[in-house]
Amino acid sequence: MDETIAEFIRRTILKIPMSEMMTVLEAWNFLSESQLQTLNLRQRKDSLAQSVVLLCEEKCASLSDAALLDIVCTQVHRHQKIWDVYQMSKGPGEDLDLFDIEQFKSSFKKILQRALRNVTVSFRDAEENAVWIRIAWGTQYTKPNQYKPTYVVYYSHTPYAFTSSSRLKSNIPLLGQNFEIHNPTAPLQERSVGLDINTDSRIIHENAVEKDKVQRITQETFGDYPQPRLEFAQYKLETKFKSDLNGGILADREEPLRCLIKFSSPHLLEALKSLAPAGIADAPLSPLLTCIPSRGMNYFKIRDK
Amino acid sequence: MSVLRPLDKLPGLNTATVLLVGADDALLQRLADSMLKTDCASELRVHLARSLPLPSNVNRPRVDLLVFVINLHSKYSLQSVEKSLHHVDASFFLGKACFLATGAGRENLCSVHRNTIVRLARTYRSPVLFCDLEVEGSRAAMAQRLARMLQISAGHVPGVSAMSLLSLLRSSESPSLEDL
Repeated sequence: MDETIAEFIRRTILKIPMSEMMTVLEAWNFLSESQLQTLNLRQRKDSLAQSVVLLCEEKCASLSDAALLDIVCTQVHRHQKIWDVYQMSKGPGEDLDLFDIEQFKSSFKKILQRALRNVTVSFRDAEENAVWIRIAWGTQYTKPNQYKPTYVVYYSHTPYAFTSSSRLKSNIPLLGQNFEIHNPTAPLQERSVGLDINTDSRIIHENAVEKDKVQRITQETFGDYPQPRLEFAQYKLETKFKSDLNGGILADREEPLRCLIKFSSPHLLEALKSLAPAGIADAPLSPLLTCIPSRGMNYFKIRDK
Repeated sequence: MSVLRPLDKLPGLNTATVLLVGADDALLQRLADSMLKTDCASELRVHLARSLPLPSNVNRPRVDLLVFVINLHSKYSLQSVEKSLHHVDASFFLGKACFLATGAGRENLCSVHRNTIVRLARTYRSPVLFCDLEVEGSRAAMAQRLARMLQISAGHVPGVSAMSLLSLLRSSESPSLEDL
């Protein structure tokens, strides 16, 4: 086994927290059961890493096996990365073609390898028709740098692909070319709205009609399915001061006022969706908030017309 | 314009109806559940409304007590109550209405100052009660208090009327220049 591969595996193991070590190694599915049982999880991490490398040597781990381990680690810690989303658009007159995942993988790899001689491409299938692609970039003269790979997660039944930030921005168009054009078939999931069903007949809701209206408007705006997970929305205002009162120093000001408003939440879109039903805001909400999923942006600049 | 009036219907036998008005539906629901759990000799009915006016085509009993629930964490909650106040007949404010402010304990979440509610209540000459509807103990105690006030407003307690209760409650507040 190559020294560089051994070092790469060792460094990858060191990045995994001890609590998740066994889960990751089992998911990797490279070392055998008996080999895994010989590992002592109570020792210090660097000694554990050495033991794992020795076991990998016994099995002659290749670069692709090591790359697979890296993918598994990243899948476990996906929330630690920042992902960009790309939406593929359908060209005019394109028919819906049936998607063959294996053909996709082989052509993806071939195209990249033809364009750049030194590149490592690895694939791992995941839940919900997702395929994780790991690309380690090299140049014409240098071998691929395994420590700064790009990850692409492609959900084959949707037009969306997620990429982790890549240092080499020039490679993004190359990645984009590789994706086939698809018709989006996002399944609409029936989600039962969890209203407290009041069984006590001594409690009467007077505004049932209005409540239904609010629910209906919320459903029309946000849909029945779970919202995409978003943590921030930022609005930069550059508008002139407007006031009902006449005059004032601010009203005469020529330059626009600058203001930054940031919304953050563990699940921003679900929070916005629940505002009107909870009685914290009127329905419908401001289009500035509701346009986030449809426009696919969460950084806005608002200027005077 | 549909205005809520206190004495436009005949009372039901041993029945007392309270109308809780507030934007925060979950809190109203919880308060209603707590009120129905109290040990009360009268038959209680709780109506929940997000705002006034109420839909006019419904046959409903006479409202004996009107409670405006304001969540101090939400300005929208206060605005909603202020708008609803325009649809209430003035005679409700002779002891059959009160304000309930929740959430004063968690100062960092409050976007409405408690003094705003105190001044609002003073303008309408009605009592204001503070509690935390999200805490079981506080809610249960407030529910009991409201149930008692409801019984008095409905006339089920001999010798005590809504008006006399109002004057009893008011004398405990310190008089201000506005009242004179």
